[in-house]
Amino acid sequence: MTRSTGSGASVRSRARRSRALGRLVFLGPGLTYLIVLLLIPLALLISFTVFRRGRFGGIVYELTAENFTRLFDPLYLGVVIGSLRLAAIATLIALLVGYPTAYLIAQLPQKWKTIALVAIVLPFWTNFLVRIYAWIILLSGPGLVNSTLMDLGLIDKPLELLYNQGTIVTGLVYSYLPLMVLPLYAAIEKLDPQLREASANLGAGPVRTFASVTLPLTLPGVLTGCLFVFVPSFGNFIIPELLGGGRSIMVGNLIRDQFLKSRDWPFGSTLALALIAVLIVLLLAQAWSARRA
Amino acid sequence: MRKSRLLYVPFWATYVFLYTPIVVLVVMSFNAGDSPYVYEGFSLEWYGTLAKNAAIREGLVNTLIVAVGSTVLATVLGTLLAVGLARHTRSRALDALGMLPAVLPDLVLGIGLLVFYATIKSTLGLHSVLLAHTVFGMAFVTAVVRTRLTHADTSLEEASRDLGATPFTTFVRITLPQLAPGILAGALLAFTLSIDEFVIAFFTAAPTTPTLPIVIYSMVRFGVTPEINALATLLLLVSFTAVIVTQRMTRLTESLS
Repeated sequence: MTRSTGSGASVRSRARRSRALGRLVFLGPGLTYLIVLLLIPLALLISFTVFRRGRFGGIVYELTAENFTRLFDPLYLGVVIGSLRLAAIATLIALLVGYPTAYLIAQLPQKWKTIALVAIVLPFWTNFLVRIYAWIILLSGPGLVNSTLMDLGLIDKPLELLYNQGTIVTGLVYSYLPLMVLPLYAAIEKLDPQLREASANLGAGPVRTFASVTLPLTLPGVLTGCLFVFVPSFGNFIIPELLGGGRSIMVGNLIRDQFLKSRDWPFGSTLALALIAVLIVLLLAQAWSARRA
Repeated sequence: MRKSRLLYVPFWATYVFLYTPIVVLVVMSFNAGDSPYVYEGFSLEWYGTLAKNAAIREGLVNTLIVAVGSTVLATVLGTLLAVGLARHTRSRALDALGMLPAVLPDLVLGIGLLVFYATIKSTLGLHSVLLAHTVFGMAFVTAVVRTRLTHADTSLEEASRDLGATPFTTFVRITLPQLAPGILAGALLAFTLSIDEFVIAFFTAAPTTPTLPIVIYSMVRFGVTPEINALATLLLLVSFTAVIVTQRMTRLTESLS
């Protein structure tokens, strides 16, 4: 009604004002929150990488490149490479276990499919620390694994199952396996079964069909799953600390220690930046290959 | 379709792998003996000890305060942001910014907020954890509500506007009711994630205001007791119930719509 009484120009300016108001009301609060509590903290971290540490923690605002040169110190570079290695092994194991599992779930009747999927996700929704703790109970000297092996007469005295790199990998696979199975399942589920039949009819064996039909078509799911496992594994500091016994430390522990123990914020920020850089490279690689697929 | 029997080996291995630790944990929580490793008979002793543990009770209260507060804040901010991103801008950069807290490693967000609070000389406590949890809770609410918005029918909103309703009236009477299931799902997600969240809370809480995950972490670090098994079992029960109820609810809403 107001609309018909106003002149064309005033209607347009009112519409523009109401659009601006809409933007302010809907985008304003959330974006302000993200700028203050996400972008400013990240900008602080990034700016710290070029400054010197204070003698008692904190920052001295003198420009320096020493944080970056320290990054290539064999001691720290070794930790970064070691973390990449452990995260990669965990990702590979999760893929090798997760792929056949997801493949079989996709073939189940609808009712069992839902149950099987919920059963995969269920442990993931339980407290992270509780799941890690469960492994300490299971793998400790007098724990179930050792006592079973001894009862079977396979070993005479308990094995040292806890506090080594294998334990860390076990913890990582256990924690993030559901994140591998879900995208794999989504990719396999979408696959047209007729393609596999066609391949079989044309004389390809199961291995050939898998290698040249199933695997290439589910590759985006494979990459997503690998990313979902690798990313939280690489920056993890709880699993190495609780299951690795502090002897083999990962880049996450190193970053944590820079902030809470040695109070070297500039170097801690530089390590965090390196962590993000690795993850960005991986995300870009994944986006690139997804677009090609 | 051909099914190889061999495939069943990794399939069952996955489930055995996922559930053995959980089963052992639960069984050991009913252990009569002092050891968390060796089963010596049934008892509810450790649940009694747990109920008397003041640190755990305090942690639980802190966790609930943080979870409720950050969920309310994240739901309001996230819903508004989702509507803003879907209806009031076409910027992909802003879209990416809205999602950033969900993809950023928690460690980076945790230390970022730690140095931020230190730089503005803010005290640490429940408020600092609450504000920190809102950052990622908001991203998940935004994502869920935004998905619903892209599937929502815009003709009702247009009709409302054409009939002369103000943007505010349109939002309250048309958009919000359409979005309600998405907002609820987003809020539930934010709440669950906040309750379990450890890393960000670890960096932003004061030593005097530990959340439950922080209490569990220090208990596990100082040694293993059957009391933790009892606590873990109760937490498992809560999570399992929540997941199954959500599952039932979503199936119910699916069959209704």
